[in-house]
Amino acid sequence: MIQPDWELFVSSLWPLLDGAVRGTIPLALTSFAIGLVLALVLALMRLSAKRVLSVIARGYISIVRGTPLLVQLFVIFYGLPSIGVTIEPWPSAVIAFSINVGGYAAEVIRAAILSVPKGQWEAAYMIGMSHSRALARIILPQAARVSVPPLSNTFISLVKDTSLASLILVTELFREAQQITAFSQKFMLLYLEAALIYWVICLVLSTGQGFLEKRLDRYVAR
Amino acid sequence: MSPADLPAEPVSRADAGAPSLLRVRGLQKSFGSDRVLDSVDLTVGRGRVLALIGPSGSGKTTILRCLNGLELPEGGTIEVAAAPTNADSVGTGTGGRRGATSAVSMAIDFAASPSPKELGALRDRSAMVFQHYNLFPHKTVLQNVIEGPVVVQRRPVAEVMTEALALLERVGLTDKRDSYPFELSGGQQQRVGIVRALALRPQLLLFDEPTSALDPELVGDVLRLIKELADEGWSMVIVTHELEFAREVAHEIAFVDGGTIVEHGNAKQLLRHPQQERTRQFLHRLLNPF
Repeated sequence: MIQPDWELFVSSLWPLLDGAVRGTIPLALTSFAIGLVLALVLALMRLSAKRVLSVIARGYISIVRGTPLLVQLFVIFYGLPSIGVTIEPWPSAVIAFSINVGGYAAEVIRAAILSVPKGQWEAAYMIGMSHSRALARIILPQAARVSVPPLSNTFISLVKDTSLASLILVTELFREAQQITAFSQKFMLLYLEAALIYWVICLVLSTGQGFLEKRLDRYVAR
Repeated sequence: MSPADLPAEPVSRADAGAPSLLRVRGLQKSFGSDRVLDSVDLTVGRGRVLALIGPSGSGKTTILRCLNGLELPEGGTIEVAAAPTNADSVGTGTGGRRGATSAVSMAIDFAASPSPKELGALRDRSAMVFQHYNLFPHKTVLQNVIEGPVVVQRRPVAEVMTEALALLERVGLTDKRDSYPFELSGGQQQRVGIVRALALRPQLLLFDEPTSALDPELVGDVLRLIKELADEGWSMVIVTHELEFAREVAHEIAFVDGGTIVEHGNAKQLLRHPQQERTRQFLHRLLNPF
């Protein structure tokens, strides 16, 4: 049996965590925030009575969900320069991940909006609200509760998907691990160590999801 | 609470019948190829209560929803008279949007596709109480009541709060002000629904089968409250299946069938001596179910 090299494990911990704190986590947070805004816009376009808007949103969602994230990432980073658009690794990754989250979360948000009973719209109109105010004050707060579990899924997937950014030279957790294996040749140890850190991050996120669900459930009969 | 303290402009029964508050002419509405309203004419006097009765699917709820702009008719006109100028909500100058806009009369011609603004103005004249209450589940009882006056009408929060708490006290729900709707019984929820409507200071109250979703033992409280409001002189249109209640509370009854008003008249007379054969049959079926 091969003894794990604990010394390497411990000495790698710092660069890996550094990659997570300066790469993986901010990359995921930024992309998720931008992606959510994009998703809300797309969901509203999809639900709009204006056919043009819903067709555009439908097309966008279809393309984003129908093509691999890695391909999207490569088109932006390696493809665009050939038509004269060169984007640095970090912004390329943020753009690709945001676009991707936008496509997936749009469907979640659309379904959540549709899950709010029609009577809520009517009551909001009855008290004199406009469509946008009814959406902001009455519908979205209720839709938010329903969308927390599926959006948490999207976010957790995103955290792990950020490892793909290593392929366009973004310094993040997985790329740090790869760089250490390049000279140490300890593939198993380093990749398991990276996996462990991803898992811990996702555990923290799951706990956060639990708190958020509990908070948003306070007005629902148990 | 006396009528004088009430947040709108109810007129005593003595003046009732004189000026008309609401005039509906030739209302037309289809859902696809289905004609649900065919030339509906209605008049509601100030301080009067009109009950709409009729078989399910006859169009009575659709009429009510047209009055609140929740359905858009294809043809016909709706006129709402100006609120009396001596009413407190206008006179104090603190009245919100409803107070301000209700000072003038308005008329909407649906054949000329009215603007959202016109529809908004129509909606501002009335407030609806829904069959399934439709309270906002993510807001407390008090938040439900003040949402419209504060957020939409932009009236001063302190004034709205005082009014809302007085209304909640009146319906015996002061201790539930910070509860969420799911913690309330159906009857309590519906009373909050009524308070929410009253807090908007409407000229006209619309009730869409307000007790149909309630357990039988909870119906009484809600009906009593509506009766009290009627006695105070609120103008109302009520869609109901409760004939006994309609007889008790309504001045007039309109029998709706097949998207038209088949018969419209004094409540007690219409129930006792219906003129039309369809009305007779409907009442007969309802009174002799077996």
